[in-house]
Formats: sequence, structure tokens, C-alpha cells
Amino acid sequence: MKLAIQTKDFSFTYPKTKEATLKGINIPIYANKVTALIGPSGCGKSTLLRSCNRIHDVYPGNSYDGEILLYDNNGEKAENILQYKKENDLINLRQRIGMIFQKPTPFPMSIKDNITYGLKLSGIKNKTELLDRTEIALKGAALWEEVKDRLNNSAMGLSGGQQQRLCIARAVALKPQVLLFDEPTSALDPISTASIEALISELKNELTVLIVTHNMQQASRISDYTGFMYLGDLVEYDVTETIFLNPKEKKTEDYITGRFG
Amino acid sequence: MLFNRFFRGLSHTSAWLVLTILFAIIIVLFHYSKSAIGDFGFFHFITNSKWIVGNDGNGGNFGGLIPILGTFLSSLIAMVFAIPIAMGIAIFLTEIAPEFLKAPVGIAVELLAAIPSIIYGMWGLFYFGPLLQSWFGGQSNSLLTAGVVLGIMVIPFMAALSRDAMNTTPSVLVESAYSMGATRYEVIKDIVFPFAKKGIIGSVILSLGRALGETMAVAFLIGGVFRFPDSLTSATISIPVLIANNFGEAGNLQLSAMFYMALILFIISFFTITIAKFYFLRKTD
Amino acid sequence: MNRLLLNKIVITLSTLAALMGISFLLWILVTLSIRGYHSIDWHIFTTDLVNNGLRNVIIGQFILAGIATVIGVPVGMMAGIYLREYGINSKFAMIVRNLSDVMMSAPSIVIGIFVYGIFVVPFGGFNGWAGVIALAILMIPIVVSTTDSMLSLVPQELREAGIALGASKAQVIYKIVLSAAKIGLITGVLLAFARVIGETAPLLFTSANNNFFSFGLSNQYPSLTVSIYHLALFPSQTSQNLAWAGSAILTLLVLFINLITRFIFKPRKQK
Ligand SMILES: Nc1ncnc2c1ncn2[C@@H]1O[C@H](COP(=O)(O)OP(=O)(O)OP(=O)(O)O)[C@@H](O)[C@H]1O
Ligand SMILES: [Mg+2]
Repeated sequence: MKLAIQTKDFSFTYPKTKEATLKGINIPIYANKVTALIGPSGCGKSTLLRSCNRIHDVYPGNSYDGEILLYDNNGEKAENILQYKKENDLINLRQRIGMIFQKPTPFPMSIKDNITYGLKLSGIKNKTELLDRTEIALKGAALWEEVKDRLNNSAMGLSGGQQQRLCIARAVALKPQVLLFDEPTSALDPISTASIEALISELKNELTVLIVTHNMQQASRISDYTGFMYLGDLVEYDVTETIFLNPKEKKTEDYITGRFG
Repeated sequence: MLFNRFFRGLSHTSAWLVLTILFAIIIVLFHYSKSAIGDFGFFHFITNSKWIVGNDGNGGNFGGLIPILGTFLSSLIAMVFAIPIAMGIAIFLTEIAPEFLKAPVGIAVELLAAIPSIIYGMWGLFYFGPLLQSWFGGQSNSLLTAGVVLGIMVIPFMAALSRDAMNTTPSVLVESAYSMGATRYEVIKDIVFPFAKKGIIGSVILSLGRALGETMAVAFLIGGVFRFPDSLTSATISIPVLIANNFGEAGNLQLSAMFYMALILFIISFFTITIAKFYFLRKTD
Repeated sequence: MNRLLLNKIVITLSTLAALMGISFLLWILVTLSIRGYHSIDWHIFTTDLVNNGLRNVIIGQFILAGIATVIGVPVGMMAGIYLREYGINSKFAMIVRNLSDVMMSAPSIVIGIFVYGIFVVPFGGFNGWAGVIALAILMIPIVVSTTDSMLSLVPQELREAGIALGASKAQVIYKIVLSAAKIGLITGVLLAFARVIGETAPLLFTSANNNFFSFGLSNQYPSLTVSIYHLALFPSQTSQNLAWAGSAILTLLVLFINLITRFIFKPRKQK
């Protein structure tokens, strides 16, 4: 199996906090699989996710320790993304690893401009190419039929579920290697949630998914691997089935059966 | 229960009083302007560039064109000077400054907005005006000096309001632009500015309103002479300065003309502020 | 790479703009400190304007702004209470709220000559009361607006709890709402005071100025800001130094009041 990302003794500390928020995390993220991160609130799931595209660096004063290796498409050569210093490297990293947030984040511009935004940043200027890739991305996010007649309308007019799919389309349009999802459905209704879940399952043909979720059913439905985190540690990591049916650690079992969390 | 009714009555009356004051301002200004409007015409006054006091000290030929022009020109210069710097400060405070600088610089900016305008006037009169004169020639007290000092005076105000507007941009939106590989500049240009556009424009217009009505910072600096400015560095006059300089010794008709000027100023600033507050800065709560 | 260069340029430019803005303002403060330091001595605080001191005008400025506060704050606060507690979103309340908001930014010289029209002309000359009224008028909309917004921060449950205990509406407002909003209201009053104590334009043709010590508000009344204006334009080193001394004192005072409000009232950070 090919690796997409692997962390090695990865620790993370927020500014002005004494203790590390993540303590020596070792987790493999396999290519073209869905890996879920679960754990009680405040255990550091988002912190880990946000380390993978160095979005933490938008705010000054954080410190990283250890390694986060990002593999190439063949799963062979890897680079430690924590060594990136130049802005250019971070920009390229973020175009390779996209991110979807809890609340939909459409930009204050038209639907089309939302999709083409990242493409234009990456240097694509050709109008027809932009349009083609918009269409492909929207189709990929199962949104094309709903918005094809109003591509120039503001994205703010879409429903919550549509906005979230737009954000996925926007990220997918860049053809990233990895997509990071931070509780992407917790602000959505059940029907929108189902469509996003279906979308994620489909996306893994083309890319790798790392998703944080509070919803156990969701994790068991869509993920291939699951990591359980607690107080900044990765307590247990395994195939999803094993985590949910035969967890090795008492803590994991307690959490999954709803005894705490 | 008496207290209850008394309290309500008192507070209702006070609310009415606020309205009454506003209408009284308009009525009183209009009342005193009547003879000037009668003698020089409602609109003709505005296009007349003369300001000549009659021989007996009472009559004369008065027109508002030059002070109106001076008011707008000095405010325009102020805006041209202030907007880039204030935006720079706002951008610096929201997107660039390291965390430990944000609060102190922000507070400094807000404190500077509180300094009385006469202080800016003093500084311009004794330091900045002569400096500008040594650079650009012309007069030390000129349209340019008045405009630039006016600009410096509104910078903190404009910067603080724009920063507040820019701070309302949700941080997830900013983060999601970064996570598409945008640079800081692109995030500011494509996300923060469009999001805060109304607030920023509102803060600019509100600052313009301040500049238009400002008296003391300009009184020292614009020269106070009744003349079309033939260059940036020549002296002219603005409405507030006209009033501040000549009101004390004016005869009846001139006094009336100055009341009319004040009425015009009041109307101009009323509209400017109304547009800023109720179109651009409408609170959404 | 082009984008990165542009990014660097813009960041550098805004940092420079920020530096430039701040240095202008520092320049003003430094000038003020130096000139103030060289011209302030005890003589200034013990003699009146006639003898090249500032005692009477400083006290005069405080009295004008102080009485204006005593008049303006109750009116503004009661009006603010009406807007938030009685009128709320009624048409009348909305009109008053909006117009008061606009009045807050009206040019202060206009207020000055309005008061000239109603309090100077009919009484035959400049007088202290006219100055007081002009400052009070400037103050009212500021107080209305802070009262309105401070009261809006008081949770609705608090009012309901009071009513449920059988208190009358006035008692609820007076005993519960106002005390819950106390700190915010005090801040608002201090800021409004700081704002009017630095005003010059509305005093020029109302209370004008007086070289002598005076408690008689029915005559021309001493004012620090008006004195600064006249002294600065008078072509003598002594007067100009006195103007700088006055400016430094005024600025110190205003900044001091503003700093105090920051310590007593820390607004909650949104986000
Ligand atoms: N900017 C920050 N500065 C300091 N500490 C932070 C910051 N953000 C998060 N933390 C702390 O780091 C820890 C992990 O937070 P994180 O957001 O990663 O948790 P989480 O597992 O995603 O929780 P949730 O399920 O509630 O989203 C928490 O204790 C949190 O308080
Ligand atoms: Mg989280």
C-alpha cells in the first residue's frame, strides 16, 4: 500500500502554552484511502489536521517538532513538510493538500469565481481551461446540475449543503493529493450530510482523505482506517473495523461505546 | 407608580429634546441666514466668489464659492493623503503585525484619534507648514498644509474604523483562502477587502465628514484669505475658517452670510454622514 | 515568482505606511512634549492669563466642560434609556437614534454659532452659559449613543427577572439595568467629557475668553482651548510658549482620561 503522509514523533505546541498539544504522534495516512480521526473534544484532532498543510503558520509563534512526511504520487519519495521555510513552499504545499472546514466558507464572489480562484492563483489563465475545470470540479462535487444556470450568481445564495459541496469542488479543482476535512458535516442537515459522505467515498479514487469527525457512525461508514486520539496522544490506530469491533485499548472501547467523551 | 410615570415621562421628553435640538439648529441657522439668502439668492450665493464688506461695515457683497471650494479641496487633499496610510495601518494591524504589537499599536492609534484638533493645528502652524514650504515653496499656510495636516488628523480615526471593519472577516474564510495557496496579499485583496468593503468605504466617508467640518486644525493653516487658490501651495479659506476668523467683528449682513455658510456646511456634512452611517455602516444586529 | 514579489511589495508598503502614520503622530507627541517641557513651570498654574499664566483658563475649561456634563449626561442618558427601554424599535425611537447618530458628527463650529444665535444675541453678548450649552449639545448625542449600546448589552433575562419580582418598569431600569451597565456608562461619560474638554470651535463665539479669573458664567468666560488659539497666533515668543504649554497640558489630560477608561472598561473581544 502506498503512503500519502506519515508523521514521525510529531509534536506541536501553541504559542504561550507550556505543554505540547500533540505529543509524539506517529500515524500513517495511506494513499487513496479515507482515514478518520476521532476522540473527545480538545484532544488535538484539528491541531493535527491543521499541521498537515501548515495552516497554523498563518498565526505566528507555533512550534513543530518531529517530522511530517509528504510522499509523491508514487508513494516513494518523501519530503518533510516541517522543513519548509519559504512562503513559496507553503503555497505549493497548500495547493497539494486542500482543506474543508466545519462551516462552509464560500468566498464573497460568484460561484464560478469561487472555483477558479485557486486555479488562477496556480497560474492558469486560459479561459476555456478555467471553464472546463470548473465544470469538471462541480460535476465531481455533484453540484453541476444545481448551479450550471447561475454560475455568475453569488455563492452566498446557495444552501448550506450546496456551499459545502462548492468548497469541496473548489478544493478538488486544484487536483490536490490530499484533502483534509475538519468535521465537514457537523453544521449540515442529514440529507446534505449523506451527499457529502457519498462524495468523500467517491473522492478516494483520485486522492487521499483525512477527516476529523465526532460522528462514530460517519467514521465507520466512510473510513478505511481510524485513529483514536486522547489528550494529545494517538491512543490507537488501526483498520476501521478493528477499532470499532475489537479495540485493543480500554480507552478506545470506552469512547466508542459512549462511556465518555 | 408616580415614580414610574415620572421616569418614563422624563426619558420620553429627553428623547424629544434631542430631536428638538436638531430642528432648532436648522431653524435658527435658517432664520439668521434669511437676509443673506434674500439679498444674494439661494443658489447665486453659492456661485458668487466675492466677499466684500460694505463701507459702512454693515452691507456688502457676499458669496460662498471660495470657502466652499476651499472646504472641498482641503478635504480632498486630506483624503488623498490619509486613505493609503490609514489602509496601510489597518492592513498592518489586522494581517501583518505580530501578536505582541497588535494591541499596543492599536491602542496608540485609538488614543491619537482622541487628541484635540487644535493640537494638530499648532503642530502644523509651527512645524509642518514651514517644512512643506521649504520643500515645495509657496506659502507656509496653504491649501496643501491644511489638507495634509487634516489628513494626518483623520488617519487614526479612519485606520481604527477600517481595522474594525476588516476584523469582522471570519477567520475561517481567511484560513480557507490560505489553504488554497493564496499569499497574504491575495487574502487581503480577495477576501478581507471584499468582505469589509462597506465598512471601509463607510469609514472613509465618515472621515471625509470630519475633514469637511473641521475648524481648528485648518484655521491655523489654510491662510484665511479670500482668494481662489492658484496652486496647491497658495492660501485660501474654508467655510469653518471663514466663520472662525470673521464672525466676531462681522456686521449684520456679513453675519447673516456666515450663518448661511454654516447652514450649507451643516447640510453637506449631514448628507455625508447619513450616507456613511446608513448605507455603509448600517449595524446588522 | 511574480505573485510572491507582489506580496512582498504590498506587505512592505503597508508596513511602511503604518510606520509613516505612526511616526507623524509620534512627531506631534514629541514636539508637544519638548515644547511643553520647556514652557511649563509653576508660574503657569498660579497666575492668570493677564499675567501670562494659565490658571484661570484651565479652571475655566474644567468648569465649562463640567457643567456641560452635568446638563448633557442626564439628558443624553434619559434619552438613551428611552430608546433602549421604552421605544426600542418603534418608529420614533429609530428616528431619534439615527438623527442623534448624525448629530454626533455634526461640525462643532455649527453648534457654536447655533448657540450664538439663541444664547448670545438675545442676551447681548458672549457669556459662559452659552459655552456650557454648546458643549452640552455636543455631548448629548455621544451619551445617547453609548447609553443605547451599553443598555443593549444587558441581558433581557435580567429585566424579566426584575419584572417577575414585582418591580415596576422604572425600578427595573433604575435599580437593575443601570447598575448592570454601570461601568460601560461611566466609561461613556468619561469619553464624552474628554471629547468636549478639548473643543475650541464651539466656544469661540459663545463663551469666548477672559483674561481674568471668573466664576460668573453670565460674562465672557476663560477657556484654555480658546486661549491656545489666540496665543498661538499672537506674534510673541511668550504667548507662543504659553500656547505650547496649554497644548501639552490639554493633550496630557485628554490622553489620561482615555487611558483611565481603558483600565476600567475592557470591551469583550469579538470573534
Ligand atoms: N490557538 C490556540 N492557542 C492555544 N491553544 C489552543 C489553540 N487552539 C486550540 N488550542 C488547544 O489545543 C487543544 C486541542 O485543540 P483542538 O482544536 O485540536 O481539539 P479538537 O480535538 O479538534 O477538539 P474539537 O473536537 O472540540 O474540535 C485544546 O486543548 C485547545 O484548547
Ligand atoms: Mg476541532
